[in-house]
Amino acid sequence: MSGVLVVMEQRGGKWNRMSFEALAAGQQLAAKLGVECSAAVMGGPGVDALATKLTSKKLAKAYTVQHDLLMDYTADGYIAALQQLIEHAGPDYILFPHTYQVRDFAPALATRFKQVLISDVIAIGHDSVGSAGPIFVRQLFQGRLNGNYRHAASGPCFVSVQAGTFRGDAVEEGTASAESFSPQLTPDQLRSKPGEPFREAAQTVDLSSAPVIVSVGRGIGEQENLGIVEELAQALGAELAASRPICDNGWLPMERQVGSSGQTVAPKLYLAVGISGAIQHLVGMKGSKSILAINKDKNAPIFEVADYGVVGDLFEIVPELTKAIQAAKA
Amino acid sequence: MKIVVAIKQVPERDAPVHIAAEGRWIDEGDLNYTINEPDAYALEEALHLKEKVGSGEVIVVCAGPERVQSTLREALAKGADRAIHIEADDLGSRDTLGIAQILAEAIKTESPDLVLTGLQSDDLGLGQTGVVLAELIGVPHATIILQVEPSGDGIKVKRELEDGWFQHVEMPLPALLTIQSGGNKLRYATLMGIKKAKTKELKTVAAAASSGAPSITLERVYLPEKQKKTEMLTGSPAEVAAKIVEKLKFEVRVL
Ligand SMILES: Cc1cc2nc3c(=O)[nH]c(=O)nc-3n(C[C@H](O)[C@H](O)[C@H](O)COP(=O)(O)OP(=O)(O)OC[C@H]3O[C@@H](n4cnc5c(N)ncnc54)[C@H](O)[C@@H]3O)c2cc1C
Ligand SMILES: Nc1ncnc2c1ncn2[C@@H]1O[C@H](COP(=O)(O)O)[C@@H](O)[C@H]1O
Repeated sequence: MSGVLVVMEQRGGKWNRMSFEALAAGQQLAAKLGVECSAAVMGGPGVDALATKLTSKKLAKAYTVQHDLLMDYTADGYIAALQQLIEHAGPDYILFPHTYQVRDFAPALATRFKQVLISDVIAIGHDSVGSAGPIFVRQLFQGRLNGNYRHAASGPCFVSVQAGTFRGDAVEEGTASAESFSPQLTPDQLRSKPGEPFREAAQTVDLSSAPVIVSVGRGIGEQENLGIVEELAQALGAELAASRPICDNGWLPMERQVGSSGQTVAPKLYLAVGISGAIQHLVGMKGSKSILAINKDKNAPIFEVADYGVVGDLFEIVPELTKAIQAAKA
Repeated sequence: MKIVVAIKQVPERDAPVHIAAEGRWIDEGDLNYTINEPDAYALEEALHLKEKVGSGEVIVVCAGPERVQSTLREALAKGADRAIHIEADDLGSRDTLGIAQILAEAIKTESPDLVLTGLQSDDLGLGQTGVVLAELIGVPHATIILQVEPSGDGIKVKRELEDGWFQHVEMPLPALLTIQSGGNKLRYATLMGIKKAKTKELKTVAAAASSGAPSITLERVYLPEKQKKTEMLTGSPAEVAAKIVEKLKFEVRVL
């Protein structure tokens, strides 16, 4: 086929939304390169029901990769099945959404082809025509720098696309011919046994409906210092939230964590105190109506999403702010 | 249980990042280095497991220039039994596959029951080296792991999924896991540990020459361009506080 192949993700017959962002990325890359774009979805019996969603898109082919042993995700099953599909279809580019599942198998799949996955891409750029191929931009140093990567080998190029980089609603409609693909898999190939997904004890804090959130990050330094942000939250009538390291340390309960492995929030105001703005944090809060960030580092990536920014020491600013808010409310 | 932990040395979190003159990497001149954060949790999990099982060995491995020995020593001080330094000054010119290959070579000769890595490095943030390593040494793997417990002949692990979901996965040994932060509380090195570390084995082995050109290359690094207009509020802390109150009253309307 050559061209671009987008590997979509589903669980239990439900699409992972990020798949459509990857699909948009695939269509746009294919258009730029003047090649065809196809898509594939994998799963157990019944996954072909999802294919209709793909055959109505502007694609060359919509592959359904179906096998009893693909019912539940395993790295071994997915790697083996996709290796066979890629050998069959022969794409030059294979795009994935950068989900936790893709992180689990795509690097090893690329290794099978002696390639290296370009992971977590936040933009795809193009030089003048006929040059050395697309430029894939990814973040370094937790978002403090960007890096331009290029595929330098012969053989397929594997790329995963970060959430929010492309718009799922930009996927072009059209038609695609359906093709089912039956990989050869045997039970002994699957070395691990996955259990059912579960959640910890019921959550008692629902940050998703809070109108105002004060969120604290590692800049707070010590657990004993949390008091100053608690007072600020109280003055504002806000819920208190945190970045991952605060919850990892046990300073605040896990259920107050915002981000890709915590809660997703969209308050009227998100006040980020001493949070650097790593992508896994941003995906959980960048939908907020207004974002105010206090950080001593003027280059902290949090300022890329903030509406209002204060560069300074939180230990000086937060207590003053609490006082000013209390005065304004009095 | 014989456990190998791959640890990476990275610039300290608050270190200033200055782009080097040729624009391909940062200036390493005056940086301080430390253990990659998730790798500290991987080491913790390994020490924990060894204590739980009641026997075994924890071996830490790091590929890099001579300076990485300080990070290996710290791991020994925290309780690792031995360390292997794979001496390589050219990591920047190797891609993930190239780095995983030299790690795989050192690890294979140890034939461990379990290999732990961090889920992602703080500098490159690839989140791949562990998974590629598992493929190269031919063992099953699982990523983003918070807890490990022995189960029958193998292990049962708790894997983090998105949005606060988890999953248990059972797998036979040998296996490789990439460890997420937060599964355990990190221990500090004791004075006793630091003293003991001086007598522990730290073996240096040479990295094999890279087997070919990298399949991906990092061409340029730069400060991200801002996508959003941020209104910066400046002044003394009291002035800034007053400005914020104005914004919250009249623009954000939460006061
Ligand atoms: C798979 C995966 C899932 C993850 N899930 C999540 C998640 O759900 N949520 C999450 O938050 N993270 C998550 N992370 C971690 C994430 O990558 C970052 O490590 C984390 O968000 C960093 O938290 P932080 O900003 O508080 O700390 P740091 O990155 O250490 O930032 C601290 C900030 O405080 C500033 N600062 C320090 N002192 C002061 C001061 N006195 N005054 C003002 N500012 C100061 C510093 O300039 C810095 O910007 C995940 C990572 C992975 C790999
Ligand atoms: N040079 C290295 N030496 C030892 N371990 C490494 C090295 N590079 C990466 N790793 C391991 O691989 C993990 C993931 O790194 P990365 O793929 O760069 O995000 C790290 O957390 C380490 O455990």
